[in-house]
Amino acid sequence: MFRELFRSKNKYVTVNRDPQYSDRSEHETEKVPEIRERVKVEKEGDHLWTKCKSCQEIIYNKKLAENQMVCPVCDYHFRISARDRINSLLDEDSFIELFSEVTSTNPLNFKGYAEQLEKNQKKTNLRDAVITGRGKLCGTPVALGVMDFGFAGGSMGSAVGEKLTSLIEYAASKRLPLVIISTAGGARMQEGMLSLMQMAKTSAALARYAKAGLLYISVLTDPTSGGVTASYAMLGDINIAEPGALIAFAGPRVIKQTISQELPEGFQTAEFLLEHGMVDRVVHRHELQDELSRILRIHRMVGEVS
Amino acid sequence: MNLNILDFERPIYELESKIEELKNFMKEQNIDLTEEIQLLEDKMVKVSETIYQKLHPWQILQIARHPERPLTSDYIQLICDDFLELHGDRHYGDDQAILGGIGLIEGNPVTIIGHQKGTTTRENLQRNFGMAHPEGYRKALRLMKQAEKFNRPIITFINTPGAYPGIGAEERGQAEAIARNLLEMSELTVPILVYVIGEGGSGGALGIGVGDRIIMFQFSYYSVCTPEACATILWHDTQEAKNASEALRITAKDLLEIGIVDDVLQEPRGGAHRNPVAMAKNLKQSILQNLVHLKTLSKEELIAQRYSKFRNTGQYLDIQINQSNQI
Repeated sequence: MFRELFRSKNKYVTVNRDPQYSDRSEHETEKVPEIRERVKVEKEGDHLWTKCKSCQEIIYNKKLAENQMVCPVCDYHFRISARDRINSLLDEDSFIELFSEVTSTNPLNFKGYAEQLEKNQKKTNLRDAVITGRGKLCGTPVALGVMDFGFAGGSMGSAVGEKLTSLIEYAASKRLPLVIISTAGGARMQEGMLSLMQMAKTSAALARYAKAGLLYISVLTDPTSGGVTASYAMLGDINIAEPGALIAFAGPRVIKQTISQELPEGFQTAEFLLEHGMVDRVVHRHELQDELSRILRIHRMVGEVS
Repeated sequence: MNLNILDFERPIYELESKIEELKNFMKEQNIDLTEEIQLLEDKMVKVSETIYQKLHPWQILQIARHPERPLTSDYIQLICDDFLELHGDRHYGDDQAILGGIGLIEGNPVTIIGHQKGTTTRENLQRNFGMAHPEGYRKALRLMKQAEKFNRPIITFINTPGAYPGIGAEERGQAEAIARNLLEMSELTVPILVYVIGEGGSGGALGIGVGDRIIMFQFSYYSVCTPEACATILWHDTQEAKNASEALRITAKDLLEIGIVDDVLQEPRGGAHRNPVAMAKNLKQSILQNLVHLKTLSKEELIAQRYSKFRNTGQYLDIQINQSNQI
């Protein structure tokens, strides 16, 4: 009964964008899907269809998007952008982005990093690899952080660490439940030790948040590895993983090189982590909103945001 | 011949052996060569000063990885009046890659935890080259909680290429073990001193690296990933490792500048391995000084200061106020 309420939405929320960036959002917003599609047909015909990485089925992109980027045939979970994720989870028009002004710089003058940042910003229309804010999930106010693998492999540098830490502190001060949806290659190498220390920074903020008796749900999606797994992503009161997601400390390639032997089948998948006691639940993307809302309801978290 | 001599160390070793030769010759032939020897000794000091003043990060990395570099166990032996090793994580096993225990330094009770490499191949296999499994991090946490209970300060020694990337490590939750330590260490109510004595390899180092003071030995390194891994991942070329060691800013001097570490401990000429006793003396002095200061803080002050120390790391741009947050 409840599920039906949440699931079959034709229209999802639109993420409020900074007016400063509105030139880009013009051709990105959902107001003009027809134009967007026509352009795609004319210019990039192959962008109409996607081949499923798992069952090889050719899927019509529109259908795939409608299905929250899950293969309708084999349930393979494609990676999903942070904005689409927010739209699929939160109540329509409820999301308010916070800390969006925090952006990466090139503190070590690392060769090529500034260009790479610019390229990623253009490609994803994001300022960095995470969107943070607050919104309502089936009516319950939450603080939400969503990472985007499309931005520099979802890596955590100073900006990602700062945004998440600010979000955790914000959630603590407003007594809001916290949901962080991770997908990351790990700490961002181009910022060196500054990136590594974000692991300690976010974890310390979570320690304070936990002490306040507040609920943190960590959702691990494909792929989550390295310094992100080894900090906030593993520290949820409840850890949830998406089916088939690769979740690791060291990536399979590194392990294979180190031990020079084949890895067992299904190694480091969400199901493997469930079996080994590292996550509480593996949840299908279509069920995620419902599961989160059930957990929130059980915890009776009431925030200040109305 | 000593196979453990690094390329850039060679001129110093050559001068050393020449001095040795002259001394022997002087003894055997009963000729006075004191002046010549003095000249050579002066020259040696100058040469090594020149060499060690402008080491490339890649060379510092080599000193940090030097096979003869003193280990956690060496420093414990040199600075403690008494020390008892304590074993096991109470869940799965006893990871030999992390050594921990309780002891006294000048009569002060402390808990010491550090990565432990081996000195022989056999010992290195046993200790997994200082690359810990989850049980190592969990043992460390158990000992830290114990220290908190008895109000003992904690001293950690970082010396690892990284946390071990293996099947068992993943199965038993390497990521969770490290993450848990980061969270717990941020709120321990006793002073924590962190010393990077050799290799500071990524999350495996940070797993015992959250503290009130982070102090690096002059020729140690601390990095988000090994330069070799960085070169492979970013430039698909292991030959670029030397460049990566520079770009990643991994030396004590760099990290002091960036604000990641609080202090740098000077090493004896030629590095800690040339004079472990002198190095241990510096270390002991630093430990005692820092403990005296930290013990004046209340538990609340201690935790608040530790929190803001980590809270303020990072450099980013704040578009709204158009200001860069420099530390």
